[in-house]
Amino acid sequence: MTDLDAVRARLAAARGAQYWRTLEEVADSEAFAELVAREMPAATALWLDPMQRRSFLKLMAAAFALGGIGGCTQGPSEPIVPYVHAPEGMVPGRPVYFATAMPTPGGLGLGLLVESHLGRPIKVEGNARHPASLGATDAQAQASVLTLYDPDRLQAVTFGGAIRTWADFLAACRGALAVQRGRRGAGLRILTETVTSPTLGAQLRAVLEQYPEARWHQWEPTSTDAVRAGALAALGEDVRPLYRFADADVVVALDADFLGCGPAHLAHVREFAARRRPGSAMNRLYVAESALTPTGAKADHRLPLRAADVAALARALAAAAGVPGATAPPGDQLPRKWIEAVARDLARHRGRSLVIAGETQPADVQALAHLINTALGNVGKTLTYALPVEVRSEDQLASLRALVDDMAAERVEMLLILGGDPAFNAPVDLPFADAMAKVPLRIHLSLYANDTAARAHWVVPAAHYLESWSDVRAFDGTVTIVQPLIAPLYDGKSAHELLAVAADGPTRAGYDIVRGRWQTERRVADFDDQWRSWLEAGVVPGTAATTRYVLPRRAPATPPGAQASGLEVVFRPDPMVHDGRYAANAWLQELPRPLSRLTWDNAVQVAPATAARLGVHTEDVVELAFAGRTVQAPVLVAPGQAEGSLTVHFGYGGRGPFQHEGFNAYAIRTADALWSGIGVAVHPTGTRRTLARTQHHQRMEGRDIVRAYPIDRYRAGAAREPETTAESLYPDWEYAGYRWGMAIDLSTCVGCNACVAACQAENNIPVVGRKEVLRGREMHWIRIDTYFTGDPATPDAYFMPVPCMHCENAPCEVVCPVEATVHGAEGLNEMVYNRCVGTRYCSNNCPYKVRRFNFFEYSRWNSESLKLLYNPDVTVRSRGVMEKCTYCVQRIVQTRIAAEKENRRIADGEVVTACQQACPAEAIVFGDLNDPASRVRVLKAEERNYALLAELNTHPRTTYLAAVSNPNPELA
Amino acid sequence: MTGPRMWGLVAEFESPDALLAAAHRVREAGYRRIDACVPFPVEGLTEALGFRPTWLPLLVLTGALLGAAGGFFMQWYAMGVWYPLNVGGRPLNSWPMFIPITFELAVLVGGLTAALGMLALNRLPMPYHPLFNVPRFARATQDRFFLAIDARDARFERGATAELLHGLGAAEVSEVAR
Amino acid sequence: MTTATAPPSGPPPVIGAPHTYTSVTDKIAGIVLTQRTGRGWLFGFMLGLALLGLLALAVTMLLYLGIGIWGVNVPVAWGFAITNFVWWIGIGHAGTLISAILLLLRQEWRQSINRFAEAMTIFAVMCAGLFPLLHLGRPQFFYWLTPYPNTMSLWPQFRSPLIWDVFAVSTYFTISLMFWYVGLIPDLATLRDRSQSRIGRVAYGVFALGWRGSARHWQRYEIAYLLLAGLATPLVVSVHTVVSFDFSVAQLPGWHSTIFPPYFVAGAIFSGFAMVIVLAIPLRAAYGLQDLITERHLQNMAKILLVTGLIVAYGYFMEGFMAWYSGNRFERYVQLNRIVGPYGPAYLGCLLCNVALPQLLWLQRVRRSAVALFVVAVFVNIGMWLERFVIVVESLHRDFLPSSWGMYYPTVWDWATLFGSFGIFLTFFFLFIRFIPMISIAEMRMLLEEERGEAAA
Repeated sequence: MTDLDAVRARLAAARGAQYWRTLEEVADSEAFAELVAREMPAATALWLDPMQRRSFLKLMAAAFALGGIGGCTQGPSEPIVPYVHAPEGMVPGRPVYFATAMPTPGGLGLGLLVESHLGRPIKVEGNARHPASLGATDAQAQASVLTLYDPDRLQAVTFGGAIRTWADFLAACRGALAVQRGRRGAGLRILTETVTSPTLGAQLRAVLEQYPEARWHQWEPTSTDAVRAGALAALGEDVRPLYRFADADVVVALDADFLGCGPAHLAHVREFAARRRPGSAMNRLYVAESALTPTGAKADHRLPLRAADVAALARALAAAAGVPGATAPPGDQLPRKWIEAVARDLARHRGRSLVIAGETQPADVQALAHLINTALGNVGKTLTYALPVEVRSEDQLASLRALVDDMAAERVEMLLILGGDPAFNAPVDLPFADAMAKVPLRIHLSLYANDTAARAHWVVPAAHYLESWSDVRAFDGTVTIVQPLIAPLYDGKSAHELLAVAADGPTRAGYDIVRGRWQTERRVADFDDQWRSWLEAGVVPGTAATTRYVLPRRAPATPPGAQASGLEVVFRPDPMVHDGRYAANAWLQELPRPLSRLTWDNAVQVAPATAARLGVHTEDVVELAFAGRTVQAPVLVAPGQAEGSLTVHFGYGGRGPFQHEGFNAYAIRTADALWSGIGVAVHPTGTRRTLARTQHHQRMEGRDIVRAYPIDRYRAGAAREPETTAESLYPDWEYAGYRWGMAIDLSTCVGCNACVAACQAENNIPVVGRKEVLRGREMHWIRIDTYFTGDPATPDAYFMPVPCMHCENAPCEVVCPVEATVHGAEGLNEMVYNRCVGTRYCSNNCPYKVRRFNFFEYSRWNSESLKLLYNPDVTVRSRGVMEKCTYCVQRIVQTRIAAEKENRRIADGEVVTACQQACPAEAIVFGDLNDPASRVRVLKAEERNYALLAELNTHPRTTYLAAVSNPNPELA
Repeated sequence: MTGPRMWGLVAEFESPDALLAAAHRVREAGYRRIDACVPFPVEGLTEALGFRPTWLPLLVLTGALLGAAGGFFMQWYAMGVWYPLNVGGRPLNSWPMFIPITFELAVLVGGLTAALGMLALNRLPMPYHPLFNVPRFARATQDRFFLAIDARDARFERGATAELLHGLGAAEVSEVAR
Repeated sequence: MTTATAPPSGPPPVIGAPHTYTSVTDKIAGIVLTQRTGRGWLFGFMLGLALLGLLALAVTMLLYLGIGIWGVNVPVAWGFAITNFVWWIGIGHAGTLISAILLLLRQEWRQSINRFAEAMTIFAVMCAGLFPLLHLGRPQFFYWLTPYPNTMSLWPQFRSPLIWDVFAVSTYFTISLMFWYVGLIPDLATLRDRSQSRIGRVAYGVFALGWRGSARHWQRYEIAYLLLAGLATPLVVSVHTVVSFDFSVAQLPGWHSTIFPPYFVAGAIFSGFAMVIVLAIPLRAAYGLQDLITERHLQNMAKILLVTGLIVAYGYFMEGFMAWYSGNRFERYVQLNRIVGPYGPAYLGCLLCNVALPQLLWLQRVRRSAVALFVVAVFVNIGMWLERFVIVVESLHRDFLPSSWGMYYPTVWDWATLFGSFGIFLTFFFLFIRFIPMISIAEMRMLLEEERGEAAA
């Protein structure tokens, strides 16, 4: 209510004509002043309420999207270079591929080829020339295109929630920097995640030169400090091991999930899988780990072991391997027989064996691994050492602690946080969030409205890697120039552009910064040609880190006292959303975690025996008390989990989109127990939380589903039984032209979900959300069935990717009343969405249950930015329609058109399905069964080839190659 | 004929037996254009009135056969000729799977022929009939039994015929106006 | 006037109290024409309308939001809808059986129950026909299941049992309707001639088609009625056979079984007769028809219930036996899972209602007691619904690959649609007993005539 008298007085006092809009203005009330000051008063209310923040961002997203999405598809203004076709070769309907790289956790690059339709990047594939990819991709890379178009991303520079312009930010920033310059940057701190980008490194150095007393800190919750410490301890040098599985006959993984995660896991899988086929000289894998991982699932011998006990195991192995000064630990809580057998096996393969310590294991285990490998003469053969590829390799925990101390002591006046979410994922006993509150000016560059953004003054939307120029190094040092495929959708800025401001230079485009940096480094005449060639190839030649031959300088650290007893809690990043950075990605949320098949959630994994002892069951909510802190989490009884060890996955529970789905494991993750700690207490709360799992029953019920043979029995012809296929009353159909078929190798599949994500991206497969998954309505066209055999404490685990079998006698087709699913001329079991009326009879009659039904309108028809994501070659399905794997028929057709134009048959390997292309293990092979030389035909000729449920006489076109293992006879 | 144009005569009886007896007698008397209206089918009445058996069964048989033939042809032609598709590797003419529909269509067409054929042969629906002019005739659908003689019958003579009917123990004989 | 008196000994008579053509006509036609609307009728009719409203709501939600509001999923893609469909279709069968097969077998006692049994058939088939339409993912395209020339130049896929269903059910409905209507014509004429109100005369007159009971007409009429019965008899057997094909043609363990056709037909008659009993007992009490629907009728129906129940029991037994005998791992598991699996209570309840309880009918006392008979019949109807649920859901939820095993939990909308379908049935049925003679008057007269003949002899 405004004071009218005041208004009258004011108007009376005024000389001349007074023009006023509102009484408030005339009254010049404070409320109005503030109203004018803020552009979006409504936003603040939303902003201050944490629950409303997302809806606010949604509104903003819609506004922006409607505002100018059309303009978003314009390519970047700078010349970017296509991989195969020249830009002028761009034909509507024909995709163009560009080479770039995705920065993965640890700042390491994964080389990609990105498929772009008329300027819309819609699908990523691996770049065969890139050492970390070798042509394969992982689920996170596949899903990254969804993040690009995600309407939940930050879309405007904000100050305390109020929208500001980039110019406003520059002004504010420069003002503060001017002050800092006067104080030689004493109050300036920059916090980044691990930096490998040479350009960013150069920029940081420049900033530090300008502001000598400024500090640059690095922190990632999955930092590899222990690896660094171990190398320094054992080798006296900060080097990192690079493994060569191609030459390793015996591999011992000490709590190392080298197939499941890590910057090089795609390359590892590729090399490892090559040695898992019975045709090859099969390697042998021993794994000792706490939680069952994909690596453990592929092990020939797996030893469930508390993370804390791995050190003892390592020492025992070291002693057995004859490491000078190594002594076997006292006590006999370790299975001697196992250790001795492994040691003998290692000894038999000196120079052809490999011992790997997991990055999560403490320094002394790392050191022991180095010593064992040296003692076995593996160094230089199965592993080499190379300098770290980080711009600055450091103890990140120490770095963060220093920053927190400075902030707590109010020595920090200006904090620049480039990416990451330290307020969420810093160790809980480092009060980062509280300390951060003491910084007068807090700036955060972020993709999403996360915890750190909530505590920052200025929040600058970050550009997606497909929107910005940068460069990044792979695990082996190889540099890739990250080139954008699309102009920033939401005016995001890259770290380079932000640092350019900090460096107090003029605002420069990322392109100039990156290109300029390389031009100054490589002072060559034909730089333009070189630059172009780098962009084309997706790698910068000659940038791989130089390998060094180093020998251990020290004896193994003296073993600590007796093993601590008590329940152990093990912290691991979530297999899909990692440390939380991918939590906003609905595809990754809905991808079933390997082995647990859990979606949209995290849980505390408990061994069956432990669960029985604690009296808890799956889906019971328990309270975990550790180091004086507690968190409530649902239980998941996990076969193969080490008795006495609980595994929790962090990455959930933050403020970011979808993070509320799970619980926050960071809440009990302390600095001295980053990866595991003894002494966690478990109290049942009596409440329950249903877990959205896509597979509830993981036993085979004695049915002939996954076939597995030890190699010797296989060589003896165990798989040579005659197939039991019934006779058919009807004559077989003739397929004269192409006969498409697929073979899936169960020996090499590591269940990584890359194929599922690739299929989702290629075929416009919608996500359904947690509630619908709970109802059993997930839509994935290919699924990784996971089965356990044997004792739940030490089970054998098998992965079985199940796409549509494309049966020649398809049961689904016969029962369809409207010919909505029929056979094509090349034997594909085709789905005609337009014709489907949705009786769902086909799904009932499908013995493999690979058909998926749109019970609701799952596809997002009304989200503008997501429309850009759709693959134009694939129909977007609507409500009430059945769908399923099509063998990527769109790819077959594209290839056939190309071949027919050249008047030739399609060559073998020319048609590559999305799942096959993504698979790092090359477990999926697709091709023409009428071509006697085709790879798929050769594979199907193997003895271990079998059809799933062959007795039903469905004649599947998709068949499986039985899993073959290579156990140690001594342990048989 | 003399007098007002009339349709004929109708006699009312109280029991089926009386009606039957009367029918026999009237027929013996040489009358041919005769009919009875009864609340339920009286056994032996058709013989007494000397009706010929109906063609209906033959019609129904033809209908059923046509239905079956048409049904099978439709399926064979649609699946095998019109739009041949490889459905689950089954032959185009997988005749065993066409049998159920063939059968159903036989029953459908046969049944419709029976019901509609009966109505057609009976010239139903027939909204008007002279007999309805006789007030008591309403009981023909309830509890009385009527014998009607058409005036066009060669032997029909108003007086004599009425006499005859009275003689047969008709409860009442009434003239039916046209 | 001729009177029919019951024979002193032997089974209870088909017609109780002494009746004449006039008296039966008065009595039955009176219910429709003269008697004032009873409170009971109003209550029942209102109940029907209320349930109909519930159905309308459920269907609106379904069409607006999609099939997802039901509990169906993958693997259990069929749930209540198909269960209800099979159940309702089964209900219908008794009507046709009574009117057709018993006619051919010259079971004169059928004549006092066939009229409303046929009505029940028609309304049940209407309820049944609703579900296959509703359960479609895209109901707006239901007509694609019918053969008609179209611009897509596509025809239905005639190898699919669902298409067989379309033909079987629509044929069944048409023939049942014809049969019922043809049987009605003479009675409609009676009502036309008795009706006091002009509206009545016109309304009944229109549908009576000008029937005047001409002997010529009766001659063709009887032939046509007999032929319809002859056609309906194989039809009624074929319909539930085709329905059973929906399952036995598929290759799912628990579905893929050759015993399904006979055992479905028996089950259908079983549940149908149970429903006739459930309807007949209250009706005869409410309208004082004990002398037309006598103990004899109830006893005969009870016996049929017992026999068909035993056939159904045999079916259950053979399913289990063949699963074991075949040595088929999947079949064996399905059978075991039916008993010890998560849906075990449904199967055991089905056995209790369909196998155990009907054995009471061996006892004369139970057969004679209307109340006991009514209770047993109600349980049989529940049991038969459970049987269909067991067949549809339990076979689907755990089939070949354990990886795709799942559960089905009905939602509130599943239940609403199930109970709502009773709205259709009740509404039509109460309209029927109010405006159409629920017992065939003409046939009752015939019955009297026959008994008179017997008495005379």
